[in-house]
Amino acid sequence: MTASALLSVEGVAVDLATPRGNLRAVDHVDLAIGAGRTLGIVGESGCGKTMLSRAILQLLPKKAKLSGRVMFDGQNLASLDREALRKLRGRSLAVVFQDPMTSLNPVLTIGTQLIETLQEHLELDGPAARKRSVELLAAVGIPAPEQRLTQYPHQLSGGMRQRVAIAIALSCEPKLLIADEPTTALDVTIQAQILDLLAREQRRRHMAMILITHDLGVVAGRTDEVAVMYAGRVVERAPTPDLFKKMRMPYTEALLAALPKIDAAPHTPLPAISGRPPDPTRPIAGCSFSPRCRYADDRCKREKPPLAAPESPDHQYACFHPIHAEARVRA
Amino acid sequence: MLDVTQTKTPLLDVQNLVVEYSVGGRTIHAVSDVSLQVARGETLGLVGESGCGKSTLGRAVLQLRKAVSGHVLFDGQDLTAMQGEALRKMRRRVQLIFQDPIASLNPRRRIGDIIAEPLVISGVKDPEKRKQLVSDVLTAVGLDPALVTGRLPHEFSGGQFQRICIARALVLNPDFVICDEPVSALDVSIRAQILNLLEEMKARYGLTLLFIAHDLAVVKAVSDRVAVMYLGRLCEVGPSEQLFAHPAHPYTALLIEAIPVPDPDVRPAERVPAGEPPSPMAPPSGCRFRTRCPRADARCAAEVPELRAVAPQQFVACHHPLIEAA
Repeated sequence: MTASALLSVEGVAVDLATPRGNLRAVDHVDLAIGAGRTLGIVGESGCGKTMLSRAILQLLPKKAKLSGRVMFDGQNLASLDREALRKLRGRSLAVVFQDPMTSLNPVLTIGTQLIETLQEHLELDGPAARKRSVELLAAVGIPAPEQRLTQYPHQLSGGMRQRVAIAIALSCEPKLLIADEPTTALDVTIQAQILDLLAREQRRRHMAMILITHDLGVVAGRTDEVAVMYAGRVVERAPTPDLFKKMRMPYTEALLAALPKIDAAPHTPLPAISGRPPDPTRPIAGCSFSPRCRYADDRCKREKPPLAAPESPDHQYACFHPIHAEARVRA
Repeated sequence: MLDVTQTKTPLLDVQNLVVEYSVGGRTIHAVSDVSLQVARGETLGLVGESGCGKSTLGRAVLQLRKAVSGHVLFDGQDLTAMQGEALRKMRRRVQLIFQDPIASLNPRRRIGDIIAEPLVISGVKDPEKRKQLVSDVLTAVGLDPALVTGRLPHEFSGGQFQRICIARALVLNPDFVICDEPVSALDVSIRAQILNLLEEMKARYGLTLLFIAHDLAVVKAVSDRVAVMYLGRLCEVGPSEQLFAHPAHPYTALLIEAIPVPDPDVRPAERVPAGEPPSPMAPPSGCRFRTRCPRADARCAAEVPELRAVAPQQFVACHHPLIEAA
């Protein structure tokens, strides 16, 4: 991990106690993100991407056991007390969830929620906080921001609520914004607007951003780097152009190939990935993807491939039989 | 009547359908004067954002929601005029697959019984025959009957469960299946399996499909033609390839532009913020898309655009379409 990283996740593992036994949701993940950079984390449901974001935010469920270290802005987050964490989360470490109602209070007006945040974290007085709130709502594309201050979340559409949640997240000029499936619950045209908004604010504020999604299409044009997760582990991590063009991990290839292509003729059969992700309460000895992988052999079933960067230091993958770019089946 | 398939007898012929319902004393204009046809053996994709009326339209076809006016002709017979036993008989030929498979079925019944239920209702009295039909259809959707029939819904993953729902929809050997967002709750890798399965089943059972979804890329992958809905009205209908290559309605173009492209060289367009859909309780006058449309003018507020041909088999309801008839 580089010394200049704003956030570094070092050997983080999350274990959850379930009635069926221990579930390792996140399995020794190392990641880093520098100031002003964007990282996409991509994976399917159950791959651990959300648990990883909760681990970074120190917002894990009570039953979860966290190991490893999360360093943010020079501080070990595990060493902070509740009060210090609360201050940090409102201020320099912000989050936007899939469902904006996770972070919005249904019984308070939009104005109260924004103004309170600003007064609490930036110690602005009432009129200054109010003025700033109107500016923020306008910046995230909310029409008639003055009027919105008096409205409650339920009076807004899903897209507008997500804009408000983003305005609150941005209100204290965070150094890092974690956006966890911020557009999954929204309609296609609104999704594009919200992603554009996040990208614009990220650049304008020179803020670092982690964009967590199940959709490779969402991260393609919007991140500097992408980490692909499968069964709790990062299985490939590379600068975004390399991940799409020089992918080494068969899972990344399969995930991309399984997406319906807008330029393919109708009724073109999709190269589906057979089977389904492993049961996380029954870990697999070898590579977790091996039961579904067309390149897998005996070694893959016995031995877990380490995440390594044998060719170039910024392209890591966990595979004994990486795809060669020239031999890659074109999606 | 505008026959958009240009076939003489479409299997499904929806004519000027209007569906409204009231919520808290106010009227929601869910489907407003929609006409469309689906030819036998065809897949018609129906796309639009939430609240555009696409699911309501699907349910109105099945008479699960009563139309205020208009007709639904299935194989030449008007379902809106049918009742009781006659309607039940027709319904056997038209099945529905939902978005959330787990929520759509009884969690306390075994899979074998869930799939056999339509057979029981339709009067297949011989239990051995039912068992055979259930076993056949499970095998067809890629599940092992011996491992599946005795188990309960919660023991399955979303993808397997959607297979079970497809089996249940197919067990009566229907002619027509309405798929309402069948893959939107599924992960990418599972979604491809289910889309491929639907295509296989379509060929094997000789099905005609109405495929309702919000995801254009998914719709294009399975549809011969695509119909685009916005706030209860049909904007555009056309052959899939033509509609994606040359959208005529500005809303279709907006939907296509909004699709996230998994290519790092395609920078997301810095588009003009196109606003949000207005409430279906108070749809705009004239063209319902005009409040978000860059091409809208006074005429769009005054006159409802009628569906008209702009290319062979491509029809658009717009005063200022992106392409004009040659």
